[in-house]
Parts: sequence; structure tokens; C-alpha cells
Amino acid sequence: METSFAITGKDYVIVASDTTAARSIVKMKEDEDKIKAVSPHLLMAYSGEPGDTIQFSEYIERNLRLFHIRNNYSLTPSAAASWIRRSLAQSLRSRKPYSVNLMLGGYDTTSDTPHLFWIDYLGTLAEVPFGAHGYGSYFALSLLDRYHNPEASLEEGLEILKRCIDEVAKRLVVTPGKYKVKVVDKDGSREIEL
Amino acid sequence: MSRSYDRALTVFSPDGHLFQVEYALEAVRKGTCAVGVRGKDVVVLGVEKKSVLQLQDPRTVRKVAMLDDHICLAFAGLTADGRVLIDKARIECQSHRLTVEDPVTVEYITRHIAGIQQRYTQSGGVRPFGISTLIVGFDPHDTKPHLYMTEPSGIYSAWKANAIGRSSKTVREFLEKNHKDDLSREESIKLAVKSLLEVVQTGAKNIEISVMESYGKITNLDLSQIEAIVSEIEKEKEAEAERKRSRLAATAAGQASMTSRAAAGTQ
Repeated sequence: METSFAITGKDYVIVASDTTAARSIVKMKEDEDKIKAVSPHLLMAYSGEPGDTIQFSEYIERNLRLFHIRNNYSLTPSAAASWIRRSLAQSLRSRKPYSVNLMLGGYDTTSDTPHLFWIDYLGTLAEVPFGAHGYGSYFALSLLDRYHNPEASLEEGLEILKRCIDEVAKRLVVTPGKYKVKVVDKDGSREIEL
Repeated sequence: MSRSYDRALTVFSPDGHLFQVEYALEAVRKGTCAVGVRGKDVVVLGVEKKSVLQLQDPRTVRKVAMLDDHICLAFAGLTADGRVLIDKARIECQSHRLTVEDPVTVEYITRHIAGIQQRYTQSGGVRPFGISTLIVGFDPHDTKPHLYMTEPSGIYSAWKANAIGRSSKTVREFLEKNHKDDLSREESIKLAVKSLLEVVQTGAKNIEISVMESYGKITNLDLSQIEAIVSEIEKEKEAEAERKRSRLAATAAGQASMTSRAAAGTQ
């Protein structure tokens, strides 16, 4: 089942998401990228209703870009998170709401701090040091409670992420096979091979 | 029903003119001058800046706007109208990316802008945009620069080099005389500055130059760079004038000697 994790560390945020695209009980593909770089210093892992996720994330991406072109500066992660939350809250009260859950990790270049936001389709927004969506969250959150360190280096952060992935692989009945991992820091976002 | 008649602002005059559109063109002619020059693989936008007041922040007065990563627009005419049109164009650029996952082509966005301008000459309760625009850029996956112009009437056209705004006719004639195909980056910039100097008396500090070299690569020249180009042009002009003077003197001397010789012959 769909699972995504995100962890903040010293001056970076790691965002990881499984790569399965499933429909009912059938796995359609195993290399779907469900983490989008919506702006240079902002990563968004999305899960939920398949068509909705892509539609919504592209809509967010284009609006953030439009903001940048209009104002000559980008929204900070927290400002972007607020705007995205509001978009979801508005959508929830429409005839056909987006059914999308998000982990939004970003690096604020104005204050040099990493930020992570947990957002769900009901328009809940929470800034968290680490977070997870999907069935994997039931296993990962307690693990992260125990091992998360906000001052961890990138290597240490990836170690903690591996623990989460292994735990989910061990205990969850329907385990996702592969994960895509991306990290965002002062130099922007990039993909990392686990 | 009669409402729909008196709401129309732009109606034909008996001899087939749309006066409101012509007045809009007049507003363009009053606006500051903007020049566009297309080179071999570069395209340059040059604008005449109004001198800012002593206490004004010059960064808040901009005449060249980025529409998307690969497209820039300069306008002449009513600044407030320009802002509205630029915003509509920017939204269309992102909307186009959202719907077809491709950036707009220069021609597409030009046609869109011209389309908006045309709509404002034909719908009720509105007045035309009092601006002409120069749109420059590169198409995605292409190395050929483009330069387009739009007018308040909604006309749009492609150019090698063109000028809009105050004294645009003088500048265009200058460009017609001096433009060559396949100009290099430096030559294009120089031609843009030179043509602007035809109408900008105050020199470098009232000129703004934006250069686009390839897809998404835009640079704004700073004052020192423009000053260097202006002084280079002035030096050339002086040398030219000097040559002319000496040539004139030479011919005058030649004529004088001829007449004196002729006089000597008759004696």
C-alpha cells in the first residue's frame, strides 16, 4: 500500500515515497515517481486518488512558478504550505474534492532552515520534525519517535530512513517493493539512491 | 435591449475609423521608446527609462517584464495597462504549461496577447489597451531568436528589428539603415543602444538593456556596461565627424586651388 516518509535533519529534509502504482489489488507499475519538485527548494510527496494526485501537484507547481515570475521571489516553504492547505480546504468544499495527501519538505533560503509539513486531503496542516502517510506510518512513526535526531547528518538521516523502510518491509502485510528518495537542502533538490 | 448599444465604446466612424483605437495608438506614441533587435543567436530589448525622481526607488519602475523562462516583453504606452496585460500573459504561459506540458512558443503568446488587445476593441464597456508591445524570446528546442510586435488594435507581426513608442519612426528608420542579418551579440547590443541614443538625449543612465542569448538565458546589462557602450559609440561618432570635417576641408582646399589656377590661366 502507498507509503511516504519524510525526515528533517541538519539543514536538509529527506522525502521518500514508494514507487508502486496500484489499482484495486493489482500493481500496475513499480517505478512511479510520486515526489515532485514543485519549486527549486520544495519537494512534495503525494499519495491518494491516482489522477487527483498528478492533477493537483501540477496545479501547485504552476501556481508557485507564477508567483515567482510575478514577484521575483519564491514563496517560503511555510507560505507555500499554507497556500496548498487552503487550496485543499477549498477543494474539499467543492462538488468534487481532490483526494490527495502530502508531505511537503522544503528549505527556507531566507532563514536557512529546513521545514517539513504534513498535509492531508481534509486540509490539515501540521509542521513536523518527521512524518509519514499511508499504512507505513503506523510502523514508522514510533520508530522515528525513538531514533529521530534533528541534528543528524545526511548519512545518519538516511540510516534512520532505512530503518523505517525495513520495519515496514518486515511487519506490513502488503509491502511496497521500491522507494524513491529525494533530499532538499540549500543547493536545491536532488534524488538519492538508497 | 438599447443598453447593448450605448455600452459599446469603440464604434466605427462613418469613414471607417475606430477612433478609440487610434487614440490608443496616440497614447503609445506618447510613451517611452522601446527597441528590439534580433541577431544571429541573440535578441536584445532596449528601453528608454524615464528619469526617476530624486526620492523614488528606481527598482519599482520596470519596463521589461519576464513572461516565462524564455520570453520577455517590453511595452510603450500606459504603464498601468501594460501591467494588466503582462499579468494576463504570465497566467497564460503557466496555464499552457499545465495543459500541454510544454512552454509556450513566442508566436503563441504573441497571438494570445494580440487576441486580448483585439477583444478590447470589440467588446462593450471597455476601452482598448493603450500599449504596443515588443515580445522577444526563444521557442523550446530551438536556437532561433524571435521578435514580435503587437499594437492596441490587435495586430501582431514579426520583425528583424523594430521600435515602438516616442519617436519610434526615427528609430525605425535608423534601424532600417543600419540593421544587417546575423548580427553578433555585441553588434546587436550596440545597434540597440545606438538606435535608442537617437531619441534619448540623457545617455546611458536612461537606457535599460536586456539580452536573451538562448532558451532561458536572460541578462540585464548594468549601468557601467551600458555607459561603456555609449562612450564607445560617442567616440566613433566623433571620429566620423572628424573625418567628415577633414574631408570637407580637403575638398574646399582643392576647389580653392582649382579656382586660383583657373584664374592664373586666364591672366
